Amino acid sequence: MEFVQQLVNGISLGSIYALIALGYTMVYGIVKLINFAHGDVFMVGAFVGFYAITILDMSFFPALILAMVVCALFGILVERIAYKPLRNATRIAALITAIGVSLLIEYGVIYFRGAQPEAYPGDVLPTSSIDIFGVAISSQSLFILTISIVLMVILQFIVHKTKIGKAMRAVSFDAEAARLMGINVDNTISATFAIGSALAGAAGVIFGTYYIKIEPLMGVLPGLKAFVAAVLGGIGIIPGAMVGGLLLGLIESLVSAFGYSLWRDAVAFVVLILILIFLPSGLFGKNRREKV
Amino acid sequence: MTNIKNAKGFWLSILLAIVFFVVVQFLINGALINDFYINTLFFIGINIILAVSLHLIIGITGQFSIGHAGFLAVGAYASAIISMKLELPFALALVTGGIVAAVAGLIIGIPSLRLKGDYLAIATLGFGEIVRIIFLNIDYVGGASGMQVSHMTTWPWIFVSVLVTIIVITNFTNSTHGRACISVREDETAADAMGINTTYYKVVAFVIGSFFAGIAGALYAHNFYIIQPSNFGFLKSFDILIFVVLGGLGSMSGAVIAAILLTIISTFLQDYPETRMIIYSLVLIVMMLYRPQGLMGTKEITSFFKKRKNVEGGPKDGNHHTVA
Repeated sequence: MEFVQQLVNGISLGSIYALIALGYTMVYGIVKLINFAHGDVFMVGAFVGFYAITILDMSFFPALILAMVVCALFGILVERIAYKPLRNATRIAALITAIGVSLLIEYGVIYFRGAQPEAYPGDVLPTSSIDIFGVAISSQSLFILTISIVLMVILQFIVHKTKIGKAMRAVSFDAEAARLMGINVDNTISATFAIGSALAGAAGVIFGTYYIKIEPLMGVLPGLKAFVAAVLGGIGIIPGAMVGGLLLGLIESLVSAFGYSLWRDAVAFVVLILILIFLPSGLFGKNRREKV
Repeated sequence: MTNIKNAKGFWLSILLAIVFFVVVQFLINGALINDFYINTLFFIGINIILAVSLHLIIGITGQFSIGHAGFLAVGAYASAIISMKLELPFALALVTGGIVAAVAGLIIGIPSLRLKGDYLAIATLGFGEIVRIIFLNIDYVGGASGMQVSHMTTWPWIFVSVLVTIIVITNFTNSTHGRACISVREDETAADAMGINTTYYKVVAFVIGSFFAGIAGALYAHNFYIIQPSNFGFLKSFDILIFVVLGGLGSMSGAVIAAILLTIISTFLQDYPETRMIIYSLVLIVMMLYRPQGLMGTKEITSFFKKRKNVEGGPKDGNHHTVA
């Protein structure tokens, strides 16, 4: 039964990874940039949620929405200031800038509020445990899973059924052609950052309510792991990020379940390297030949 | 003609370096400079080795590796085991640190150097983290609480290591192999088409870079009294990366100058780690926005002196001072 418990934990963790991974994958799909700062947007979301709940006395859902809105604006700001001028720069320049932005956000937050951790209040979501076939599953895990699934469905709807979603798909397919067809590429890219960052913000609030402790450097590891999840599913592919995230969460909790919890953080990177070597385009990706 | 000129320049710089060495040694022996400055000097030396070794990987070969602290850690731990656990002499520890790190570089390089750009960056980052977690989980080297290492790093060791690193990497860069590496950086597909075994050269550069990072690790470990896995996290890799980026991707003297400047700046900002990181990250962002080639671009400091002479009738290809 311990095992099933771990499985449930894995799915909860995995859905958090999946939410972050979606932002990575969307941004990568559209501007071919690994947005290192994405993990820090997740952290900002967690803190916005925390302050909304403790200082503004909000309940969970308003806090979640506030965090998503703030993160969306924050994502646009980062994109406009740091990434937009580098649209035509080399990949390495963009990557270095992304690392710089990430560190700036982390240490900016530490500078303004200190490095001490905060604890989410425990009564944000009801914490009863539900008994299913002898397995106690906390209602929080179910809540997290439901919220993640709802967000992913909304995302699918936006990407496939709305005008901005169509524009996003067009720009990621061919930015030049999209521009010729009268699509405002800059706005579309900003919208992508906004949506991705909003999802990361939601993941931050969910992470806070589930794991209680938040701190300014909390975004680093989940951010990197979410990137691994995105690569696992095939970077640039939205369903891939969801599956990759859940899979990674499951793998991690299985490793913990077998008693190697200290090695948990290494596993994600081992997965990354194996995937990159054996299946570089990910589970859902198509292999593309490089053209000169 | 150029050879003789070059050789002259070479011996002149060696002579200057030795004079510098003797002067500093004299100052240390006579206790004319205090421990704070000596320590800063040691750090500068270690950081120069790290910067130059990463410069070979990123600046010359164009492989964006952000897990350099992993090799630093391997060198530090390997050398500490030799000198502390097996109680063998420091010279052996130093060399072992380098060799073990080079082997680690080989093991890591062969699979990951098939990747390009962003993927390589993430894979090296991942390897750096894996190395850290491995040391965290080995009780033999003390786990999270770290390992006590006695202070054995002295000025002559630092000086000789820096000098050897710079000479080896300069000569490598100017050799056939170095040129092959540069061609990989400029255009991998074209280099491949010209019959250059790109994977081979990438791995060679990576292994040499890791070797010197291991040497730096050995010096670092024996300068610090204690080594802990947390000293070798992503931030350490980032520290090394910023030397190379700030100095100019492809300029060794740039990397050296950046290492010296930033080490001095960070020594003064030691008490304000957040401010230091904010300054670092801002420098990085502003640099990429306004001068993405770094302070020196791909130029070397020597080319500023030579340029004037070569304006008329000088060798157009400028073979003798080139990184690209």
